[in-house]
Amino acid sequence: MVWGVLQFPGSCDERDAVGACERTGGEARLVWHEARDLEGVDAVVVPGGFSYGDYLRAGAIARFSPAMEAVAKFAAAGGPVLGICNGFQVLCETGLLPGALLRNTDLRFVCRQVDLLAGGLSTPEGGQSCREPAERLSIPAKHGEGRYWAPEAMLDEIEANGQVAFRYAPGHNPNGSARDIAGVTNEEGNVLGLMPHPEHAVDPLTGSTDGLKVFEALAGARA
Amino acid sequence: MPRARVLIRPKEGILDPQGKAVERALPALGFEGIGNVHVGRMVELEASDPARLPELCEKLLANPLIEDFEIESIDGP
Repeated sequence: MVWGVLQFPGSCDERDAVGACERTGGEARLVWHEARDLEGVDAVVVPGGFSYGDYLRAGAIARFSPAMEAVAKFAAAGGPVLGICNGFQVLCETGLLPGALLRNTDLRFVCRQVDLLAGGLSTPEGGQSCREPAERLSIPAKHGEGRYWAPEAMLDEIEANGQVAFRYAPGHNPNGSARDIAGVTNEEGNVLGLMPHPEHAVDPLTGSTDGLKVFEALAGARA
Repeated sequence: MPRARVLIRPKEGILDPQGKAVERALPALGFEGIGNVHVGRMVELEASDPARLPELCEKLLANPLIEDFEIESIDGP
């Protein structure tokens, strides 16, 4: 399995993402933002950071990069895409995922370990790792604009469709996200975005390896 | 080239923590009686075809899901 990890000017978590992909037993390569071709990768990670300086709105400019156009086509063809933090913001701006990420309610950049409840992480071909309802994952979050928001009707819809992949555990919502939502999928289930950073929770040295389950679920979806 | 100003603000009903923070700071500075503060963005630009500005706003300058925008023309000097 070959992973492509996008790299924008201002990305900063792409190397940890590559490391996480490799720990699932796959190969991973960086894909520069100007690339028009994903060169046959099996899955894509849109990593965290501050693409194009987060100018205008987080993710707003990255959305127009050649690499993102390629990712949009890849996703439309059913390819698995994982957006982490800034990557989640980019996927929402692109319209591949519903909703938007707003400034944290308390206006502070948060950087802390949070507990997530993973439920209904549905993948088109049946990824298993995160499917059991209410599996609890300990994963770090670090962001200033992570407050998930969507109109009430859209929230009802994505909940009804089982598109809420991750919620912050009670008491762990660090940013005021609507309905404690930490991550969502598209309707088809092949595009997943979340604010916390699974790629930073893959080595026992840093206290948790729960993040690997997220990558394994995506790998399982393709295998 | 015609100049324009685009005002972008959070949609009504969406919590605007920046506006709230400004509002809360005002009494300490002696400004009483000010409320309902909202913070948005302003973009000034020149456009050879101002008719295309609404499309530009919807695609890039604003995120229509969370923001409203207004386009004003600016008379050149």
